[in-house]
Amino acid sequence: MSMAVHVGAVGVARPRIEGRAKVTGAARYAADEPIPDLAYGALVLATVARGRVRDIDVASVRDMPGVLGVIDHTNAPRLNPEAGNFFGPDGGLRLLQDDLIPHAGRPIALVVAETPEQARAAAQALPVTYDEQPHDTRLFAGHPAGRPALTLFDAPADIGDVDAELAASAVVVDERYGTPEENCSAMEPHSATAWWEGDRLEAVDSNQGPFQIAFTLATLFHLPPERVRVRVDHIGGGFGGKTMCGPQLILAAMAATRFGRPVRVTLTRAEVFLATAQRPATDQRIRIGADADGRLRAIHHDATYEISPLAEYIEGCTELTKTLYAAPAIRTALTVVPLDILPPYSMRAPGAAPGSFALESAMDELAERVGLDPLELRLRNEPGVGPVSGLPFSSRNLVACLREGARRFGWASRDHRPRMRRAGPLLIGTGLAATSFSTGAFPSTATITAEPDGTFTVAIAAADLGTGARTALTAIAADALAVGTDRIRLRISDSAIGPAWGAGGSRGTASWAWAITEAAAKIRGPERPMTATVDTTQLLGDLASRERHAFSAVFAEVGVDPATGEVRVRRLLGMFAVGRVINPLMARSQVIGGMIGGLSMALHEEGVRDPVTGRHVNADFAGYHIAAHADVPDIEADFVPDDEPGVPWGIKGVGEIGNVGTAAAIANAVWHATGVRQRHLPIRLDRVLES
Amino acid sequence: MTTRSTISLRVNDVTHRLCLDHRRTLLDALREDLGHTGPKKGCDQGQCGACTVLLDGRRVVSCLTLAVAAEGAEITTVEGLAADGELRPIQEAFVRLDGFQCGYCTSGQLCSAVGMLAERAAGWPSAVTADVSPDGPVAELDAAEVRERMSGNLCRCGAYPSIVHAILETAARDGVTG
Repeated sequence: MSMAVHVGAVGVARPRIEGRAKVTGAARYAADEPIPDLAYGALVLATVARGRVRDIDVASVRDMPGVLGVIDHTNAPRLNPEAGNFFGPDGGLRLLQDDLIPHAGRPIALVVAETPEQARAAAQALPVTYDEQPHDTRLFAGHPAGRPALTLFDAPADIGDVDAELAASAVVVDERYGTPEENCSAMEPHSATAWWEGDRLEAVDSNQGPFQIAFTLATLFHLPPERVRVRVDHIGGGFGGKTMCGPQLILAAMAATRFGRPVRVTLTRAEVFLATAQRPATDQRIRIGADADGRLRAIHHDATYEISPLAEYIEGCTELTKTLYAAPAIRTALTVVPLDILPPYSMRAPGAAPGSFALESAMDELAERVGLDPLELRLRNEPGVGPVSGLPFSSRNLVACLREGARRFGWASRDHRPRMRRAGPLLIGTGLAATSFSTGAFPSTATITAEPDGTFTVAIAAADLGTGARTALTAIAADALAVGTDRIRLRISDSAIGPAWGAGGSRGTASWAWAITEAAAKIRGPERPMTATVDTTQLLGDLASRERHAFSAVFAEVGVDPATGEVRVRRLLGMFAVGRVINPLMARSQVIGGMIGGLSMALHEEGVRDPVTGRHVNADFAGYHIAAHADVPDIEADFVPDDEPGVPWGIKGVGEIGNVGTAAAIANAVWHATGVRQRHLPIRLDRVLES
Repeated sequence: MTTRSTISLRVNDVTHRLCLDHRRTLLDALREDLGHTGPKKGCDQGQCGACTVLLDGRRVVSCLTLAVAAEGAEITTVEGLAADGELRPIQEAFVRLDGFQCGYCTSGQLCSAVGMLAERAAGWPSAVTADVSPDGPVAELDAAEVRERMSGNLCRCGAYPSIVHAILETAARDGVTG
């Protein structure tokens, strides 16, 4: 790739382009857009876990101050049942279509009024009666409703003879690990404002991929895609929770249609917990067999997780099991159990976060039983090719992460026996985990226009959730066009720009950069067009078949108070191999943020259900704790040299790998401190005390 | 029954006359009536801190403050931190050290940091202050003090380490003012 005389922007640590707007309050999020003649919608959620709506007494609130009306299943527009998501048709989108209640927290009505207070007051006053039916919200492996998951990815693997290898193993670990329901909990609650402009449905919506959301919305409302436009300026975090066409947007579009004016629907925090996608609970069994020297003979990973009958979903818990270690026999399977719950969907590091907790905890147990340094156990089982696929790795620098991380952390001086270190009353322990996260790119389109003033307008329907996409794509466009970043005018977050992958799967930057780079090559090509549009669908298809993953090693030190059971993380260090780093300042922030998400998963987060009512009982930040300032130590994160051959700029993506492995590293450190294994997250005080 | 009142709200050195629903929170009045959308609604129940503003220099969660109860106070929002368009040191440090990602909690973090530095300078102890006696020394502002005092401001992106660095650096350089 020619860099000419231009000094590159890629690889340089720079503050965010929108930094000033964000520290002065000028940055506009979905609920901040001033829109004239706005009405407000407030949701009513089902309070029972399964059954039917017997009656919604709309008449009793119709005359309350400011109320414009109520939409429920008796008068809502008919939605297209074929609308869906990545995994197929999604009944979670078909709101207010019938009287059936599939889970507690299902939206059953929208009250629309002149002010937010009036809408909320009427929604709270709206009498609803139900015909309740028995529900089932309890996940466990071996549940009679269990069946194999879809095989779109993380399909079952079975190489070698797992049973024979286990029988021949000197040491076998056979344990179960559990993770709870977790909520993405972006700080910005989902908000949408919808209105009609002639025959075009317009919406401002906080989401992770405006093109896909607009397409889904068009499908739902039986509209041609070009008559739906979804845009937003800034997005207050997503973490997977804004991947879907959310209830706020569907209901705002219904209300705008019914009342003929712009309607804003902003979810309350409780509604974010109860009505937007969560990470499913998992119940996983791992069996690992090894020789006396720690060489693996077999890995068997069976992961069971919950879904809703409304929608398919894959929580790819066993991806790492097929990636991290060489073994002659590997068997994996994903089992889904349909329950009466909100349909689960991707939360940051889907599959990999709960899956790595199980796998890397089991590897630590194996190290203990073999009597080997957990670091050495990983190094000893490093594969040369994909352990299941047999394909070469595009690049694999896990060993560099492990060795460099160990050096910086001071791992060499660790006494591997548990319960050997104290600091005052505290038990001190350290632990590590190895990780991977699959990488790649999805088809996207980008348009670059050379403007008369010497600037370039670069348009792509990307979304910047706080990932730094604006800043990174500006640097990439500048380098691809061999101009300074001051000559790039980036347009993102607008479905009207054209098809593009969303911010998800750690594939945003790679997907978008690819399209921008190809469009820039056209602009700079022999024909020198003033404008160029590129679709990368074909190019992606030509990419060589490889095992493509980012890798990292996470090291944790914890202090455990034996009197209270409290676990506090004292040190956290991550070394990452994530391809070429576009902006080291932002990339470091992102992986550190991911590690904090992993810390929060390890110690705090748990969607707690009342087994009697089937309802979540902690749908707020008091009951569902996410890591706060006082929970988080200073964190060290850095990158080893890495590349991704065949992908422009060598990008792998940094969005999710930070979350992976941290929970296992912390759980392993808790074992090292206390001598007791924690196989269920979060590692609550009572679990530490009871063990 | 009267459900509305006409009041004066003084926000960022400007006085506004407003006729407000008594149920209207200060946060909604700032956002919906005055167009100050810098303060954010993250939870609307005082658990996340995204709506933090300064009321007579003290930090409050504006979602749990009724607008009518803020009459007569000097209200400062994130929009009022950068007087004359010049970023305050704490704002500059947030940008340079990457003390945010999505930015949604940022206005609350900034207002909270400014209020917190003033509280600490006034000698207010925190839960991690060793000596909490009335005549004890002003606590040295280390990372543990900052983390404890800032724990009412949640950040899901996990910008905490950079926020703490930004506050410590600013406090060391610019003291109380932030």
